[in-house]
Amino acid sequence: MSAQTGGAARFVGASVKRREDPRLLTGGGQFVDDVQLPGMLHAAFVRSPLASARIASIDTQAALAVPGVVAIFTGADDFPRLPPWWPSEANVPAQHPLAIEDVRFVGDPVAIVIAESRYIAEDACELVDVAYEARTPIVDYRAAGEEGAPVVHAELGTNLVAEMASPPDPALEAAFAGSDHVFKETIKSHRYAAVPMETRGFVASWNKAGGELTVHMAGQAPHVARAYFALSLGLPEHAVRVIQRDVGGGFGQKAFQARDDMAVLHAAMRIDRPLKWIEDRQENLTAATHSRHEQITIEVGVNNDGLLQAIRLDHVLDAGAYPAMPAEADPGLVAAWFPGPYKVPHFGFRNVQYYTNTTARGPYRGPWLIETTVRETMLDIVARGIGMDPAEVRRRNSIQAADQPYQLHSGIVFDRVSPAETLEQAVEMAHYAQFREEQAAARAEGRLLGIGIASYIEPTAFGGGRSMGIEAATIRIEPSGKVTCLMGLGSYGHSVETTMAQVVADELGVAFEDVTIVQGDTASAPVGGGNLGSRSAVIGGAVAGMSARKARAKILDLAGHLMEAAPDDLELVDGVVSVKGSPASSMALTEITQVAYNGADRLPEGMEPGIEETTRWSAPFVTHSNATHVCMCEVDRNTGLVKLLDYVVSEDCGVMINPMVVEGQISGGVVQGIGGALLEHIPYDADGNPLAVNFKDYLLPVADLIPEIRIGHIVTPSDTPGGHKGAGEGGTIGGVAATVNAVADALAPLGVTITEQPLSPSRLLALIEQASA
Amino acid sequence: MSRQQVEMTVNGRVHAGEVEPRLTLVDFLREDCALTGTHTGCEQGVCGACTVLVDGEPMRSCLMFAVQADGAQVTTIEGIGGGREGLTPVQQAFMDNHGLQCGYCTPGFIVTVEAFLRDTPSPSDEQIREALSGNVCRCTGYQGIIAAVRQAADQLAAEARS
Repeated sequence: MSAQTGGAARFVGASVKRREDPRLLTGGGQFVDDVQLPGMLHAAFVRSPLASARIASIDTQAALAVPGVVAIFTGADDFPRLPPWWPSEANVPAQHPLAIEDVRFVGDPVAIVIAESRYIAEDACELVDVAYEARTPIVDYRAAGEEGAPVVHAELGTNLVAEMASPPDPALEAAFAGSDHVFKETIKSHRYAAVPMETRGFVASWNKAGGELTVHMAGQAPHVARAYFALSLGLPEHAVRVIQRDVGGGFGQKAFQARDDMAVLHAAMRIDRPLKWIEDRQENLTAATHSRHEQITIEVGVNNDGLLQAIRLDHVLDAGAYPAMPAEADPGLVAAWFPGPYKVPHFGFRNVQYYTNTTARGPYRGPWLIETTVRETMLDIVARGIGMDPAEVRRRNSIQAADQPYQLHSGIVFDRVSPAETLEQAVEMAHYAQFREEQAAARAEGRLLGIGIASYIEPTAFGGGRSMGIEAATIRIEPSGKVTCLMGLGSYGHSVETTMAQVVADELGVAFEDVTIVQGDTASAPVGGGNLGSRSAVIGGAVAGMSARKARAKILDLAGHLMEAAPDDLELVDGVVSVKGSPASSMALTEITQVAYNGADRLPEGMEPGIEETTRWSAPFVTHSNATHVCMCEVDRNTGLVKLLDYVVSEDCGVMINPMVVEGQISGGVVQGIGGALLEHIPYDADGNPLAVNFKDYLLPVADLIPEIRIGHIVTPSDTPGGHKGAGEGGTIGGVAATVNAVADALAPLGVTITEQPLSPSRLLALIEQASA
Repeated sequence: MSRQQVEMTVNGRVHAGEVEPRLTLVDFLREDCALTGTHTGCEQGVCGACTVLVDGEPMRSCLMFAVQADGAQVTTIEGIGGGREGLTPVQQAFMDNHGLQCGYCTPGFIVTVEAFLRDTPSPSDEQIREALSGNVCRCTGYQGIIAAVRQAADQLAAEARS
């Protein structure tokens, strides 16, 4: 618990019910598609049906003649190219909102049609006549670096996005040579997507006379979006207002602005009426970002005692045509964090990524999670190879409390993490030994039961002085004594209206009901980094608490003056200031705020009227959380169907503000991991056509697949104010690997090794049949 | 496109208008009736976000045309709880058990569950999971939703006994 809690900690640590719920349960939420402005027009996109082609001509005449069509913009309308998000050393092509000359993936935006209704806009899209000259696309990223492969961006002359590698290390080679065993596998991750239930969307309104652009959007980081819009549109930053009230999920996909997003805003500025664009589901699965398409060839040197000696990775990644993240981000995380919770004396890596004629790679909850999937599935392959139980291999290699601070090869330091503890708690909660007995009995009957473990240490809440690591909160004690806290967050389901109010109420010493959190609006909130990177509790919680303490100090100073007492002798509890130990001598907060706002003559010398405090804080480089997952399943050998029997998570996200919310984040994350391991997949055919662009082909996990998820907590506070660690992404990070390991363990008696997902019934059946052939 | 007259009772109020025959029920409810609590998730009847009651039966309003609901009694999320009586036991159970996060799929779940518990007053856990499996939630991992339906079912059964 925070050492400096102002009042008693009554709310932090309690599963307070959510402030957000009553409106969302009764249809009172306000999502972007619910915004209706007078005179609002609707946009729809004409998108490329081909993976690679030259645009010979675009004829919009027939479309423009449709009654209700207001305008059509194409690449010829010269919307300015997108500025880069972040500086990058990679080979980066020009990005234009609408395709100019070339289309580079199926779904590439070619034209935007503006009409009186979405129905009319879609009618007109059908009539936009685009003549394409098809070219051979490059679809397979593993072939994109080959001599003679079609080049996605001719201006770059290569499909290579970027390449990075650790320096040659003779000690690494020697460690492999000296290991009792060396195992090598290529483990592939397939292409799937974040799939928020609410797709992307905007309502943009350009006030030409006032020079103001208002953007309602389904986003994750309002201020970050505002800065990017201003830069892209050539507007002063304060002339752009970004508003996001309720947002229906994002998981990374809404954290960045893509080409079609910018086309909507440019179009809105060229017409005199508000413009709405709501992506449909097919567009979302075709043209919003995809994720996780990559592979790692891993070599592991290990001794007979199970101790890891050396690991080498060769990581190849599919960037798609217009990757959303800078090239350094995901590979950098994989390379720097890979050994994770285990002590590995020698480590080497190489990463290479290529452009392809496919949908862009973008961030999705734990964008680097192949790091965990590959490490944990490989550990099970190693364990089977040396004849040791997978739990025991992990136990022997795990970083212990006594090893910390523990420095990785990359310079990253693990401190205040508990991988050995979560491993033991998870194994115990899963009744691991008992399951092994049941498994042996089941195997004797020919049934395929499996149990899989996955551990990880997760970098959360990146700081280090960059924008994402800096956050502010402004606390205003209103004249009535009620409390408003303004924050630059951008919740898309994170419960920050509840959790941040818990922190503020405790630190101030007022009732939870008297605190309201305002976020998701650049006009009211101080500049902030939004909701991404598992940062809102760690960084948001810290600054909310700091600002509350400042406000509390001022309240006590003023009260001390009015009550003729030393501020140090006063306490603020439940909205009442009283002398410690003599509650009879007290003042209600409302009396104090009345003086602060309406009685300047009664203020002490030099005190400003009002009570409004802001803290801006730069978080440390990174805050690590960690967890161990255990998944148990049975595979039907006749159908290949996986039945999940039980799922256990032991996690350490430090001090929990609201355990109910933390467990919700974990469960939701785990199920996204299970979905990725078993169901979700967007395959492409050889011509570059995506084959799962609706919910009949793109399978999502539903309730009857999911077992009860049991969660245990180890609490090792971080060294940040409040002691919180990020909890947003971990569920997914462990979810893929634990599920894959459970299935692999079930099939182990058949001698099957799993190196590819999703583990669909057809894939498993093929493996089972192969094994028995 | 020729327009057609349509009239239906939505949450007890009559809504009449002239619409294109191709107008979906969900768009009619959201745009013409200004009832934006019903959400569109997939536009092909898979995700269940747009579920409403048509003459008491849960229907995917993205798969129905407004003209098909001519003369029908329609109940949307706005017609369930939230007024002076507060939340229904089902809505309260979702709140108690953290059965929602972003809330986008939630109206579809609430409508589905209200109808399910009306028709299946004492469901088994198996029946609950099956009943929920026509709705997709991307945030919760279903844990809170399943617990919420159990709580609401138990509460409604207890109320029916007393």
